[in-house]
This record gives sequence, C-alpha cells and structure tokens, in this order.
Amino acid sequence: MEKPFRRWDLLGIRGLSAAEINGILDTADNFREVNAREIKKVPTLRGKTVINLFFENSTRTRTSFELAAKRLSADAVNISVSASSVSKGETILDTALNLDAMQPDCIVVRHSSAGVPHQLAKVSKAAIVNAGDGANEHPTQALLDAMTIREHKKKIEGLNVAIIGDIIHSRVARSNIHLLTKLGAKVKVAGPGTLVPKDFEYLIENTLAAETQPANRGPQLEVMPRVEDAICGADVVMILRIQRERQNSAYFPTLREYSIHYGLTNERLDLAKKDAIVLHPGPMNRGIEISSDVADGSRSLILDQVKYGVTVRMAVLYLATGGSAITS
Amino acid sequence: MKLLIANGHLIDPAAPENTGMNVLIENGRVSAWLRPGETAPEDCEVFDASGLLVAPGFIDMHVHLREPGQEHKETIASGCAAAVAGGWTSVCPMPNTNPVNDNAAITRYMIEQAERAGMANVFPIGAITKSSDGSELAEMGEMKAAGAVAVSDDGRPVPNAGIMRRAMQYARDFGLPVIDHCEDKSLSSGGVMHEGRISLLLGLKGMPALAEEIDVVRDIIIAKETGTHIHIAHVSTKGSIEAVRRAKNEGIPVTCEVTPHHFSLTDAAVNGYFSQRPGRQDGPGTAGPDQHFGEARSSAYDTNTKMAPPLRSLEHLEAILEGIKDGTIDAIATDHAPHHADEKSLEYDKAPFGITGLETAIGLAFDQLVNTGVIGLERLVELCSSNPARIFGLDGRGTLIAGSAADVTMIDPCLNWVYRNSDSRSKSVNSPFDGWHFTGAPVATFVAGKLVYQRKDA
Repeated sequence: MEKPFRRWDLLGIRGLSAAEINGILDTADNFREVNAREIKKVPTLRGKTVINLFFENSTRTRTSFELAAKRLSADAVNISVSASSVSKGETILDTALNLDAMQPDCIVVRHSSAGVPHQLAKVSKAAIVNAGDGANEHPTQALLDAMTIREHKKKIEGLNVAIIGDIIHSRVARSNIHLLTKLGAKVKVAGPGTLVPKDFEYLIENTLAAETQPANRGPQLEVMPRVEDAICGADVVMILRIQRERQNSAYFPTLREYSIHYGLTNERLDLAKKDAIVLHPGPMNRGIEISSDVADGSRSLILDQVKYGVTVRMAVLYLATGGSAITS
Repeated sequence: MKLLIANGHLIDPAAPENTGMNVLIENGRVSAWLRPGETAPEDCEVFDASGLLVAPGFIDMHVHLREPGQEHKETIASGCAAAVAGGWTSVCPMPNTNPVNDNAAITRYMIEQAERAGMANVFPIGAITKSSDGSELAEMGEMKAAGAVAVSDDGRPVPNAGIMRRAMQYARDFGLPVIDHCEDKSLSSGGVMHEGRISLLLGLKGMPALAEEIDVVRDIIIAKETGTHIHIAHVSTKGSIEAVRRAKNEGIPVTCEVTPHHFSLTDAAVNGYFSQRPGRQDGPGTAGPDQHFGEARSSAYDTNTKMAPPLRSLEHLEAILEGIKDGTIDAIATDHAPHHADEKSLEYDKAPFGITGLETAIGLAFDQLVNTGVIGLERLVELCSSNPARIFGLDGRGTLIAGSAADVTMIDPCLNWVYRNSDSRSKSVNSPFDGWHFTGAPVATFVAGKLVYQRKDA
C-alpha cells in the first residue's frame, strides 16, 4: 500500500545500503546530546503517535523504544501479548489493521515469527519498525552495536569482529553480520556445529573483505571451526545469548559443557587484540556464554550498548515518521 | 447420441497416435477414429477442434478436495469445477478429509458427490492406516471394492518402516499402488521452507532435502523386497530423483510425480523473487545467484509460497527438469491444496502448507516445459494422462482408442491468457501465480462425451 506521507519502514538491515546505515548512525549521533541533558526531552515528534506492538516478551527493547519516543515528545502506546486480542483469536493482520485505523505514525513490532513486519508493511499506512522478528532480523540492535563500536573504535571498516554462540537462531547475529559486512568489517562466527552450520557463509554475498590490513584477507564472513579461531586477533567480540531450551532440543548436551567449550572467559578473550571490546545483546546468562569476569571487566561495553539503544531508536523513529537524515 | 470431435490434432501416446484425426463418440465412449475427410455418421453432432490438441482426458493423481469436513476450503463440486476448467477430466483426492477416507463408506460418498456434481470423475485414494495415524492398517480391500485406486497417508506419512512394510505387503493382495509423501518428520519438523541459503537469509526454519530423500530410499528398498508398486508423491529433490532413476534401472516397481510449482519456482520465491519472467532465458534456469540479494522486498514471506514439500533451490529444479525429460518422472500432479484466505493470512511459520493448482497446471507446463523445449506435446500427454491411468490401473482411461471412456482434454497451444485468482472456480485462492501470463490453455473438456467446460475467449 502507498504510504500517504514520506514514511520509511525499517524491516531489516539486509535491504539497506552502506550510505543509509551511515545516515541512521550519523542521525543518532546528533541525538546523543539530548540524552546528556538534564531535561531529556525535545519536541521533535510532538503530535506523532508510536505504537509498540510486542508479541514477544521484552523489557529492554520495549522500554528503550518507549523512552526514545517519549524523549522526542511522541505519544507512545505499548501493547503486549497478554493484553492483546491475539489471544482472542484475532489474526495478526486484523490486529495490525485495527491499530492502523487509529492512525498512528509508526508501529514498532516484535514477533516470534520471521517476516511479520514485512507482512504488516504490505497493508499498513503507518511506518513499520522491526523490533525483532523470529530468527530473521533485529535491526535496531545491530545499529546500537555499530554505534557502540564506532564510539570506541572510531570506525567499522577493516575491523575484525567475532560473533560467538547460537548463530542460526539469532536475529541479532543476522542483522549484525549484514551491517558489519556492508560497512567493510570482517566477521568470523563460531559455536557448536549444530548452531553454526558451515553454510552460514552463504548468508551474504561473500566477497573478499576490504584489505586495509594484511590480517583482513579472506572472505567477509567466515564460519570458524573453533571459538578460539574466531576470537584470535579480533577487535570486537560479540557474544550471543544461549537459549536454555536448545539443550532440550539436543543442540548441545549440557549448559556446563557449553560454558566449558564455547563460553567467553578471560583466557579466551586474551586471544583477541589487547584493546578488543566485548558486546552482548542481553539478557546475559552469566557463567554460561560469558563469565562474570568478562561481563564486568573493563573491556565489556554491555551497558554502553543499552545506553546507545535509546539514541539509535530515537533516530529510527525520527526517520520512520518522515524526518530527514542529519549529518554533522 | 453421437458426437464427432473434428479437425483436431489427436495425440494418444498409448495408441500410439500423433496426427490429424477425428474422434467419434457414442454413448459416452469412443466408438471410432475417422481420418480427415472420412464420412461421419449423418446423425452426429460436430465439435470443431480446428487448431486444437485433442488428448485423452488428463488425470490429476494428487488433489485435496476437502470434502467431507472442510467444505469452507473446497467441496467436491467446486474442486471438480476447477479441475475441468484446468483441463483435468479425472482427479484423485487424497484421504486427509475429516473424517479421514479410511473406509469404504467415505470412498463411496466421495464418488457419489462427484457424480452429483457431474463434472470431473473422482477416483479416491484411501488411507494406508486408520485415521492416517500410522498404526493400524485401514480396510484397503473394502476401499478398493468401493472405488479407491491407491492408498496413501499423504501429509502424515507412515513414520514406522515396519508398518510401511506390512502395508505394502498387504496392498499387493489388492493390486493397490502405495503412494508416499516422503518426509521424515524427525528431520523436517518445525521447518517451513527448503533448508538452504534462502532459509538462512530469511531466518525461517528449513526442511532439508534429505528429510525427503531418506524416506524415498526407504520406500524403494521396501518395494524391492515386497514387489509392491510404490508411487512417490511430488518428488522435489535431486537426491530423490536420482534414487528413483537408479531403482527404475534395477527394475524395482517405482513411479513418481512432480507438481507444476516444483518445476516452475525455486525457494527464492519465499524471498519475493517470483514475478514471472518472460521466456526461459531470464527464468530460474540461468538467473545468477545475485537474484537472492539486494533490496528486501515487501513481497517476501508470501504464505502462498509455503507448501510441503517446499520449493527447492535451483539445483533441485534443474534435476526435476532432467527427470521430466529423461522419463524418470512419470506424471504431473497438482497437489491442489485449497486453504481459506483467513488461514493463509497468518504468520509465515503458522500458515498452513499448500497452494491451489488445478487451473494453472497446464499453463505452467506449457510455460516451463513445452514452450521452452524441455518436452514435446506427446510427452506432456503421457505425463498428464497415459501414465497416471497406467499407474492407477484405470482401464479405458488415459487413451482414446475405440471403447475407451470419452474423456477428452482439448488444448489451444497458441492461446495467450492470464491466470487470475478472481476467475478461479476453486473456493480458495491460495495461488502464487495470480497475474501470470501463459501461452497454451485448456479450452474444452469432455467427460464421458459431455462438454463440461469450454473457455469463453477461445
């Protein structure tokens, strides 16, 4: 359906160009200052309505979107699964059309099924922002990760990034791989063979990485046989949350064994560059995919990620509801 | 009552015949062939088939008519109306109705409903096991006596090799072929599309090719041991086709069918890349891998690309074309699976599997197979008529030699037309081919000598 005004859906990172990604990150940089003020509110989106439609539990992401909307003076409404009419047998499409009839400017949607934001975007007049759809994408997470990396590394191009854990079920990994490789970083993924199939390298058009450093030779996305191989020489180590239910579906035998062979410890982290940073999308399972030493250590930027989450989402809501990218 | 189908081009591979020939029909049966110019009886009606291909009625070995039990999706009457509009004179409904067609009463009911509708013939397929739950054998002998032509548990394939072996030993007593929808659910469970790069890209759980192949190989081994005819439903993978080819060379009694969607689309369709391309040059055969990348279109996650077996990747599609060409694949069957729009408008992973297919099959066969030179018209008739009749042992069908049933499919190979869901006679419109342009259309369909469908613009 034609969007009546200049509106923009953020369905995933996959469909964005490097210029568009940089545009969002630059716009976010301009909103950082708002969050540093004592009165953290600007009138940018006054009169606009944002609906947070969450079909899946979330504390962090929903709060982050809500704060982002409120700091821009938009009216934000939260709808979560338990309160929604989906439990009354209404289809997701009907729910969305009913909300759309209330003429919001933007619907932020999270759903456990991949593709729901795409399906909504086809019928909705409001802009659709994907806040995580199944195992597909979680674009604002990748954007806030990129913002955190840019802040500490001053660039993304040429960096070596290791992503460790349950890659195949992870929307965070997918969005991050798309974003990082589009911006010229080299990504190495590793984890149990059941959760990191070798074919995963086909996720992107796997060209050779930008050879800004000799260490960067090789494809942009590589599946590494061992966690240590992925971490070795990394500038950024990204750890994914391990879902406890994967143990029951025979992806790995026990959490104990997982933590021994695939968990991020200080010992493994020492294989990375000295100034390497550690990211985790949260919520963490301490002592399983990441040891507390690492999580609370000086190289961990986990709380920075949460902080930049609000900033990036302010930029995304601003752009989705018709704002133009701000470059400084 | 006498009828002469005159001036057409007759193709009857079972005769074999491929020439200009007039077909004389009396009392619902073919009585004679007359050479052009040969005098016809004076009292006969004449149907002018100039420029048309005249073929023995097409037989769809695999459909779902949803009656009894799910009449909101389709009825036997609406399904048969869609069938004749698609050029099919006979359809073979799978037993996954509610209740399951696992007894003679339901088999008889289906045939009676079809007779009442008076369109296509219905030859039901009975269940292998009671309620298709994979444990106790259904009354195959009784169903056969009532008119069933084969047995299958279709979408709920018998998981237990021991039961399958017994079913095949038993089916042999009644000369019933056993049809298997090959899918080892321990390998495919939770999957919603082909496991490959597109499933990775879309974050959807995949169904690996080997989930199908492992069952195909199992069934072939049982067929070899029992001597029972196994018919593999909708083969979709390279490995399945290779296994069937090897088995045929060994003389094992195995046949298989393919659906039009599996020879027309790849899994890239789930990502939204399935607008019809003009001609084969730009079609899936030669399109580069880059078609899978770029802008994430909003046409991704269309639930009308979801079916089981799933649309496979290009290497599988190419193996299917090869199998159609070299004779490994015996039949084209639609797996017509109507679902109500409300069910298909769910999330991709929650929507039901299946698409309609009766009215697009011939268009797709011309578009993807005939007009591209993969096969000729004679082979098309073999795939849609002679072979299905032979596999199910339908005497007097699949051919138009004197004495056969006067079921006739007439095709205009040059007619340009557009398929529209809004024109469909099916009660459901879950087709991904809405708006596709075709050259080659079924234009007239006779069942038992009666004109049951004629295309208006032909």
